[in-house]
Amino acid sequence: MALEAVIAVEGVGKAFTLHTQGGAVIPVMRDARLAVRGGECVALTGASGAGKSTLLRMIWGNYLVREGSIRVAGVEVAGAEPRRILALRRGTLGYVSQFLRVLPRVPARAVVAEPLRALGLPEDAALARAEALLERLNIPPRLRGLSPTTFSGGEQQRVNIARGFVHPYPALLLDEPTASLDAANRAVVLDLIAEAKARGAAILGIFHDAEARAAVCDRAVDVTAFAPEAAA
Amino acid sequence: MTARRGAPARAGGDPSAQDRPLLTVEGLTKRYGARIGCADVGFMLWPGEVMGIVGESGSGKSTLLGCLAGHIAPDAGRVIFDTRDRGPRDVLAMPEPERRMLARTDWAFVHQNPRDGLRMGVSAGANVGERLMAVGARHYGQIRGAARDWMARVEIDVGRIDDRPSAFSGGMQQRLQIARNLVTGPRLVFMDEPTGGLDVSVQARLLDLLRGLVRGMGLSAVVVTHDLAVVRLLSDRLMVMQGGRVVEQGLTDQVLDDPQHGYTQLLVSSVLQV
Repeated sequence: MALEAVIAVEGVGKAFTLHTQGGAVIPVMRDARLAVRGGECVALTGASGAGKSTLLRMIWGNYLVREGSIRVAGVEVAGAEPRRILALRRGTLGYVSQFLRVLPRVPARAVVAEPLRALGLPEDAALARAEALLERLNIPPRLRGLSPTTFSGGEQQRVNIARGFVHPYPALLLDEPTASLDAANRAVVLDLIAEAKARGAAILGIFHDAEARAAVCDRAVDVTAFAPEAAA
Repeated sequence: MTARRGAPARAGGDPSAQDRPLLTVEGLTKRYGARIGCADVGFMLWPGEVMGIVGESGSGKSTLLGCLAGHIAPDAGRVIFDTRDRGPRDVLAMPEPERRMLARTDWAFVHQNPRDGLRMGVSAGANVGERLMAVGARHYGQIRGAARDWMARVEIDVGRIDDRPSAFSGGMQQRLQIARNLVTGPRLVFMDEPTGGLDVSVQARLLDLLRGLVRGMGLSAVVVTHDLAVVRLLSDRLMVMQGGRVVEQGLTDQVLDDPQHGYTQLLVSSVLQV
């Protein structure tokens, strides 16, 4: 059992300054704190707009953290140099976003294998693992050689999930992983999450699907508690 | 295969090379009379990193690239490159022959207009082979073999090896320029609007190709562009310039998704979607 949480958020605040709109400052979060240990899956809950995605993005590093501390596997994300965050994303922190950023011309199997290639795995081995995962997620072989540009929303989402699970990341962020999936594929994704927990991954996710949440999450953190208004 | 070929060049055989920056830029300044070209620019580029530089026309990004690559003499500052043989050296203080050798071996420069980076009067194969000969290759069969190999890698029909680039389309010319630049296995590539002037569909193909080559060979690169979609796909890090100064820099997706400076916010909100 890990002594320290794999994902640790402490005293994190966030405000957006809109320079193009007269410098308006929009506070969106204050004093956010949570901890996810290895083998645990924690759900972020709260109404739409409460800041669930904002928190995930701050942990991922595409939203800047100016206030507080976010540590992933002991690495401080707040104020980190780009290369530290890139290294974290390469081997430690995985992220399944809601939308696949599709690269033109790159076949689905290569999209999924890419994180393994970046870790230095030989092409054959990386592609074999990608193929196996796409098979599990019911992406037929004829589609695997095509760019996901033309795929349906559900197919793109499954490619995205395969990309997030292809490497055994110790920490994983999931933004609505079961949205737009049919029952069979939803079951596969829940199995993948359960397997990741079993190997000790710390998982933090947004699950609007209450059944899915109940099936894999150990507890929930309501981000409404981190709303700036709550301070007053 | 690509990765294996490029791997030794990346670390230069020195395990500690990964732990120090490939390029360190300090206080780089260039003035054109009273006008500022670029002012007090500083950054470190690490092995395998791709950095994008964005900004509107006149923001100083091309001046900066020219200063880095040794095409323009800056008024102040240092550009320290971790050379293969002698470790970190100030490029601006190097004797001219040494700097030229660096430009032919470890560095490459991809111009926006392929005509500036190619010799239009000689064949495609000669364009690629010439750069190899400049670093001492003499065996005709090997040079031609390397030219064929590189034409295939940049997706140009090898059957056109004896055609002049003037008979190629714009996209093919740009891919040929890339082959000519990468054939010597450089460690640092400068690119000035590499997809500028090309049709959108051709741009996508070129970007995908560049991305594969850069990642596969473990190259470090500095890419100047005004196209935010290009940096989103190609670069790990991003530097935003306005009026010759760096107003913001950071991880590419952070700068694009959560821009801090007013100018960057304007830039990001001005495009349809990146």
